[in-house]
Amino acid sequence: MAASTGRGAIAAQPRKRRSPYSGWFFLPAAIIYSVLFLAPTFASLYFSLTRWTLFDSVFIGLENFAQFFREPFLIQGLVNTVIYAVVTSGLKVVIGMALALLLTSQIVARGYLRSVIFFPVLVSTVGVGITFTVLMHPTQGMINQGLAMIGIAGPGWLVDPKLALYSVALVDVWKGVGLATVIYIAGVVAIPKDYFEAARIDGATKWQNFWYVTLPLMRPATATVITLSFIGGLRTFDLIWAMTRGGPGFASDTVASVIYKQYQAGFYGLSTAGNVVLFVLIAVLVVPLTMVLNRKQGHE
Amino acid sequence: MKPRASLIGGVAAIAATFVVFVIPFIFIVMMAFKDRQQSALRDFSWPEGFHLFDNVLEVVKTRNWMMITAFVNSTIITVASVTLLVIFAAMVGYVLARRKTRWNGLIEFLILAGLMIPPAVVPTIWLLQGLKLFGTLHGMILIEVAYNLPFSIILYRAFIATIPRELDEAAIIDGARPLDVFFRIILPLLWPVTVTNIVVQSVGIFNDFTNPLYYLPGNANATVQLTLYNFQSQFNTAYNLLFTNILLITIPPLIVFLFFNRQIVAGMTAGAVKG
Repeated sequence: MAASTGRGAIAAQPRKRRSPYSGWFFLPAAIIYSVLFLAPTFASLYFSLTRWTLFDSVFIGLENFAQFFREPFLIQGLVNTVIYAVVTSGLKVVIGMALALLLTSQIVARGYLRSVIFFPVLVSTVGVGITFTVLMHPTQGMINQGLAMIGIAGPGWLVDPKLALYSVALVDVWKGVGLATVIYIAGVVAIPKDYFEAARIDGATKWQNFWYVTLPLMRPATATVITLSFIGGLRTFDLIWAMTRGGPGFASDTVASVIYKQYQAGFYGLSTAGNVVLFVLIAVLVVPLTMVLNRKQGHE
Repeated sequence: MKPRASLIGGVAAIAATFVVFVIPFIFIVMMAFKDRQQSALRDFSWPEGFHLFDNVLEVVKTRNWMMITAFVNSTIITVASVTLLVIFAAMVGYVLARRKTRWNGLIEFLILAGLMIPPAVVPTIWLLQGLKLFGTLHGMILIEVAYNLPFSIILYRAFIATIPRELDEAAIIDGARPLDVFFRIILPLLWPVTVTNIVVQSVGIFNDFTNPLYYLPGNANATVQLTLYNFQSQFNTAYNLLFTNILLITIPPLIVFLFFNRQIVAGMTAGAVKG
């Protein structure tokens, strides 16, 4: 459009004017993304239907998926994955929101508090996992020794099959709540002061302020936190692997750790089927979730 | 009354965060200062004697100086993939924000898909083997670029929308070609979001454990996260060395944190809430 006044445009009058925003700019990203991400994703749809040694594959139809849903421990991995994602994203929403409200109020040492809560986000997940594995040791771990000092008998965090998954989820929250807090802080700061002014004139209590003003206006932040941490939770692997290797037994296995175990064992077709299952799980849960979160936002 | 209540609340918050967030890090540091015997107790005791340098030396020398190789590898992977990510993602974000075509819908869909879909691991390994990139640093770099492009593009797209179009048009009238406009006018203006991108992605890639575990096997290719994983079994009884390792690989993120704390927070929220 602007080029029509330029020098070159007069000479090239009959030709179609090229946009200055060249489609070639997509090319490097498109090649890398299609070759290394899209192509394997599509290939996985085929290889999940095969018995596969990396060198040759035998088509066996849905046998891998049948096996996946026949083995109790694989089913448990699937259930664990959903529990883990719900627990971690739920806690991150509640704790992140509470911390953000605290840190946007007139509190002393705000800078210190924000830094301290955010720093674990940047630290190696494996390092965090190993540290907490030591801290959560049932008898020698610092957590239970600390609890013993105030007269509480701490549980066997990682050795109790009923607890192991939740213990890892707690560490996940410890590591990731800083990010949720930061997103919520941005959400709180973006709320115009007029709303609180108006609420104050109407004589709103602190609780009413929160329930009718802050909470609805933080919905975009909530949508972001839930989506990010829910997808992260469904895909989680490194923390589980560093802390429990899916154990004790299969008590804390998630789909991602099952995929790795099957890969290690050389069951490439089955491992890839696990990938497809995880993909479907994420699509089935996350797409409706984001639609609900965004629709409510639209009505505001 | 009011300031006093907030002071009490503040002190309580400081105490609570100290116990929950600071003590685990103090624990890591203290363990790294201990000798093998004392560290085996795994308690929160003051180190008897100063063993940090011995521990560091031992960790670094283990398995033929694997730690040094790992730091070099991790640095190469991080620097190279972040450089490519910044340039390629900015290019996509720029054209995507500026030019509306019928492809935009598809591209946006692919970006969202990239954020959600878990990478298909074994087919990727198979493909990398076919391309002779499996177990090489080049392959690892390209993988990190492919997996992290969507997030970078989203950050850039949101930001480019705030740069006035008149700037590009003025440059085009002055005879600048598309590549000139991008590299000499747009890219420098994107600096704030580029810093965010560099910080966020370099921390993420430096700390990545899963992808090197799958795509970069072998001791010669170890990354810092894998050294920790490999040492975990070897140092089973030597907690002082295990924690010295954790301390060493936490130093780069700590430096990033000290320099860019404010920037990370600002950029993350800009990208996360608006994007």
